[in-house]
Amino acid sequence: MKKTVEKGAHEQLVQISKRAALPGWKSWVIRVLAVLASLIVCAVIIVLFTGDNPFAIYVTMIKGAVGTSRRIWSLLQGVAMLLCVSLAVTPAFKMRFWNIGAEGQVLMGGLATASCMILFGNKLPSYVLLPLVIVASIAAAAIWALIPAVFKAIWNTNETLFTLMMNYIAIQIVSYFTYIWSVPKGSGKIGVINPDTQAGWLPIIGKYNYLLNILIVAALTVAIYIYLRYSKHGYEIAVVGESENTAKYIGINVRKVIIRTMLLSGALCGVAGLLLVSGTDHTITRDTAGGRGFTAIMVSWLAKFNPLYMILTSLLLVFMQKGATEISTVFGLNDSFSDIITGIIIFFIIGSEFFINYSVRFRSRKGAEAK
Amino acid sequence: MIVSFIHRAVMQGIPLLFGSTGEILTEKSGNLNLGIPGIMYVGGISGVIGSFLYENSLADRSNPNVFLLIAIPLLCCLFGSLVMGLIYSFLTTTLRANQNVTGLALTTFGIGFGNFFGGSLITLVETDVPSITLSLTSHYFAKTLPFAHKLGWFGEIFLSYSFLAYFAILSAIVVSIVLKRTRVGLNLRAVGESPATADAAGINVSKNKYLATCIGSMIAGLGGLYYVMDYASGVWSNDAFGDRGWLAIALVIFTVWQPNIGILGSILFGGLYIVHNYMNNIIPMNMSTQELIKMAPYVVTVIVLIVISMRKKRETQPPASLGLAYFREDR
Repeated sequence: MKKTVEKGAHEQLVQISKRAALPGWKSWVIRVLAVLASLIVCAVIIVLFTGDNPFAIYVTMIKGAVGTSRRIWSLLQGVAMLLCVSLAVTPAFKMRFWNIGAEGQVLMGGLATASCMILFGNKLPSYVLLPLVIVASIAAAAIWALIPAVFKAIWNTNETLFTLMMNYIAIQIVSYFTYIWSVPKGSGKIGVINPDTQAGWLPIIGKYNYLLNILIVAALTVAIYIYLRYSKHGYEIAVVGESENTAKYIGINVRKVIIRTMLLSGALCGVAGLLLVSGTDHTITRDTAGGRGFTAIMVSWLAKFNPLYMILTSLLLVFMQKGATEISTVFGLNDSFSDIITGIIIFFIIGSEFFINYSVRFRSRKGAEAK
Repeated sequence: MIVSFIHRAVMQGIPLLFGSTGEILTEKSGNLNLGIPGIMYVGGISGVIGSFLYENSLADRSNPNVFLLIAIPLLCCLFGSLVMGLIYSFLTTTLRANQNVTGLALTTFGIGFGNFFGGSLITLVETDVPSITLSLTSHYFAKTLPFAHKLGWFGEIFLSYSFLAYFAILSAIVVSIVLKRTRVGLNLRAVGESPATADAAGINVSKNKYLATCIGSMIAGLGGLYYVMDYASGVWSNDAFGDRGWLAIALVIFTVWQPNIGILGSILFGGLYIVHNYMNNIIPMNMSTQELIKMAPYVVTVIVLIVISMRKKRETQPPASLGLAYFREDR
C-alpha cells in the first residue's frame, strides 16, 4: 500500500483521483470491511498475548460487554455518556472549529454541579437546588467553551491548541477544589456528596439507575440531529464549515455563528458533566471526564458528524472497551488493553475513508479501466 | 538550594525538550501531530521492554556488556517511536486522513500500549521479579560526567547530567540550525507553509512530510526513554509520565516554533512543574495551592498563543498549512 505515494521515474505506478460521491451503500461496505479487518488484527494480537483460540476470546468479550443485565445497563450508560460528549463536539466540528477541549468543558460542568451540591446541598429545598445545579453546570461549561471561541472569532487564535490547553487548566482547577473540599481533609478525594440526603442528585426512574441519563441523551441525539439538519442555525454552521468566504458573501455573520455554536457545544458538555456528577458518580475527581473528551472527537468524526450514526460508532467503541477489559481481567493482563484495541479500530476506520473519497487505479491493469 | 532547584528543573525539562523539538520538526512540515504524548509513552516502554528482556537474560549481572546495555534500549526506543511516526505519516500523508483524529487515536493507542506492557510485561514473560526495575541499565543511562561534582555549583548546574540530556540540547540546536540555515530546512518549511508552492518548485511534499514526522517522532520518543531510564531511575510505573506529552506540545507554542528557545523554555516549564516543592520552604503551602501552581505552564502557553495571534507577526505564526492534508489535484 505504501506504493501509492511512490512515483515512478517515468509514469506513476498508481493513480489516485478524487471520487465523485460514492453511493451510500458502497461506502458503508468499505467501512464495515475496515471494521472487520480491524477485528481480525485485534484477534491476532489477542491470540499472541493470551494463546487462546480467537473465537473463544470474542465470546469472552461479548459476555464481558452484554453478559448480564447489569453489564448491559453499564454498557448503555457508557454509550450514553460518550454519545453525549460526541453530540457536544459535533456542531463545532461541522463548522471546522476543532474543539478538542471537551474534556475540560465536561469537567467544568461537573465542577459547577459538584460545587452547588456541596455549598447548597443542605440549605436549599430540592425544587430550587436541582434547577440551580442544571443551570450552573451548563453555564460553567458554556463559558469555558466561550473563551477560545471569542479569541478565534476576533483574532483567529488557533482553536485546536487553545482548547487543548484549556483542558489541563480545567483539570488543575478541579484538582484544586478536590483538595479544598476533600473528605476527610487533605485526602484529595471528595467522596460521595450528600450520601444521606441525596441533595442535588438527579432522580432515579423506577429502580434503573442509569435510565434517566440514557433517556436524556437519546432526546438530545434527536434534537441535535434535527438542529443540524433542518434548522437555519444548522445550515449556517454547514456553510461556515464548507467555506468561510462563501458564508461572508451570503451575509452570514461568521463571528456570531462561531460564538453561538461554541456556546451550544459547551452547554452540551455541561449536560454531560451534570449527568456524570449528579446523575452517576455523585462525586468529582480529575478523571471524571475519563478521556471521553478525546474519544468523542473520534466518535463524531467516524460517524461523519451525523448524530444517528454516532450511536453506532460510540456503541462499537464502548462495546470493544468493555469486552477488552473483560479479557484483561480473565487473563490477568493490564486493562489498558482496551485502549490498544480502540486505537487499532480507529486506525482502520480512518484509513478506510481514503478508499471512500479517492479511487485508486493501478497502471499495470491496462488503461481500459479508466473511464 | 537554588542550585539543586535548577538541577531538578533541567531534569524535568529534558523530556519536554525532546518532545517539543520533535514536534516542532513535525509541525514545520505541516503535520500537527497530537500523537506526541502517545509516541513518548511508546518510546519509553519500547526501551523498557528491550532492556527488561536483556537484563533478564543476563547470566552474570556483575559484568554486563555496557555497549549492549545502552544500545538495546536506545534502538528499541527509536524503533518503537519510528513505527508510531510511520503510522501517523501513512494515515495522514498517504491516506490523507484527518490529522487531529489520527493524532488523538495515536495518543490513545500509545498510552494504552505503554500502560499495557508496563502492567503486563512481567506476566507475559513469566518471570518472578516483583516489578520492572532496570537498575543496571539505568545505572549507565544516568551516568554523569565524572568530574562534575568536583566543580561545585558550576558542575551541578551545567555538567551533572547524563548523555541523553546533552543529546536533547544538541538535537534542539541541530534542528534549529537545519530549519533556519539550510536548504533542507527551507524546503521543509516551504512544505509546511504552502505545499502547493513547494510541489510546484519540485520539492517532494510527501517525502518531506514523512521524513520530518518520523525523525520528529524518534526525537520525541527519546524523551520517554530519558524519563524512565534517568529521571525515574529505571523504574516503570503506569501513568507516571503523566501529562508531560501535552506539556511538550504547549512548549512548542510557548517557544513560537523555535527549538533553540525550547532549551530555556523547557527548563522554565520543568521549573514550574516542580516549583511547589521548593516554595514550600519559603511560603508554606497546602496541597490545593500546589495544584494551582501546576496550572502555570498551560496558562502561560494560552497567553502566548493569544499574543501571537493578536500581533500577527510573520515570524511567530504557526506554519500556514498546519493541520491540513495536501492533495495535488485539489488545487
